[in-house]
Amino acid sequence: MSEATPKKVLLEPIFSNNPIALQILGICSALAVTTSLQLSIVMGLAVVFVTAFSSFSVALIRSHIPSSIRIIVQMTIIASLVIVVDQVLKAYAYEVSKQLSVFVGLIITNCIVMGRAEAFAMQNGPVLSFLDGVGNGAGYATILVLVAFVRELFGAGKLFGVEVLPAVANGGWYQPNGLLLLPPSAFFIIGLIIWALRSWKKEQVEEAEYKMSAHKVKEAF
Amino acid sequence: MSKSNDSIQKIITVALALCIVCSVIVSAAAVLLKPVQVQNRTLNLKENILRAAGMLSTSPTKQEIEEKFATITPKLVDLDTGMYVEPSAAGYSSIEAFDQQRVSQNPDYSKSLSSGEDIAGIKRREKYAKVYIVKDGADISRVIIPVRGYGLWSTLYGFLALKGDGDTVVGLGFYQHGETPGLGGEVDNPNWKGQWPGKEVYDEQGDPAVKLAKGGVNPSSPDAKYSVDALAGATLTSRGVENLMKYWLGEEGFKNYLDRVRSGEAGNV
Repeated sequence: MSEATPKKVLLEPIFSNNPIALQILGICSALAVTTSLQLSIVMGLAVVFVTAFSSFSVALIRSHIPSSIRIIVQMTIIASLVIVVDQVLKAYAYEVSKQLSVFVGLIITNCIVMGRAEAFAMQNGPVLSFLDGVGNGAGYATILVLVAFVRELFGAGKLFGVEVLPAVANGGWYQPNGLLLLPPSAFFIIGLIIWALRSWKKEQVEEAEYKMSAHKVKEAF
Repeated sequence: MSKSNDSIQKIITVALALCIVCSVIVSAAAVLLKPVQVQNRTLNLKENILRAAGMLSTSPTKQEIEEKFATITPKLVDLDTGMYVEPSAAGYSSIEAFDQQRVSQNPDYSKSLSSGEDIAGIKRREKYAKVYIVKDGADISRVIIPVRGYGLWSTLYGFLALKGDGDTVVGLGFYQHGETPGLGGEVDNPNWKGQWPGKEVYDEQGDPAVKLAKGGVNPSSPDAKYSVDALAGATLTSRGVENLMKYWLGEEGFKNYLDRVRSGEAGNV
């Protein structure tokens, strides 16, 4: 990012500089919570909240953070916010919080949150950092929702828990693809999303580290 | 970043200030949200009791849970004699207030277990336990007992529902545990739980015979009616479940009480 404008920091992370698809961060939780749309949306919102407010707080006190303990300071802020989110979920979305179990707590270790605090919020103002946090959280949430859409639809024949493709087990015609309910399937889907995204936005394609040279030497026969 | 930021004084000030602010935020959230969370947990507990007894539809409403829960009777049981006792015996004014987890930690109302006795890994066992009974006229049609025991990482808390014969399983469910998702966590899997109903827990001699068979239950074996499949890839959780069932169904657990259920004595309340 050359120059940070509010619009840019908010919208760029969604497709042009997506934390999952381009920076390949936060894959762990993307594998775990994308079995249903509802879970992914709640998880996405939680990450948006945490990234936004941690970036905001870090940016607010950035000129007072001693560089020797800056990582600990960031972690403390992030951890506190995550606990607050966890408590709120336990109070107002008990079922969802039970299903998300440890993954809410694990937002603390989500590289996106820490990455934005360290890379952006330490150098920019609070408002801009807040928007950057929202943007990156939303980028994460977008991929989560896309993955969950595919996984829930083809893995369970449902969307938001409502049956869309009637499953064979319930007298319908759709044979659910069990693989899609298992974590590895998220790898395939994220891979396909990255492929699609890079075909659309060619500038995201990385330069090859080496090139195959053409076949020059004539072998035997 | 200016040089003064890295003085020891500044570092300590920043660290302290941050800790205070963060702890205030965290504790405020915890304290303010506690009443709602407690309410959720109670409802969840009720739902789990009813679910173990097979009395709920797949997605019950709050109202349905409360209504159904009102039809079952909670009772305190003295585990050593198997007799009902009043809540005052355990130092509680009402049965609703009785907190089994807390009682099991209270030296006045619990005993510590030697490692030989403690097959379920629970360290202390309370003298009194809360059971739930469903009555059909004068007879008990179902009895729901709390069970707990150590798995691989955590203590599993659950409810076991038995028929009025004190032997046939109606259902088993764990409402709190920290086992590995996908392996030991499969104790929550409906397919696995679906194997329990209809199994018998005591053999001819009246000893607890529940078994989690590794590699699946062999239907032709004489133990088949006491056995369910062990959880794949979760040997220690499976062993934990087997041991906690053995413990809570044994002399130390609810055996005395279940004997009274079987003979019909426990129905007179």
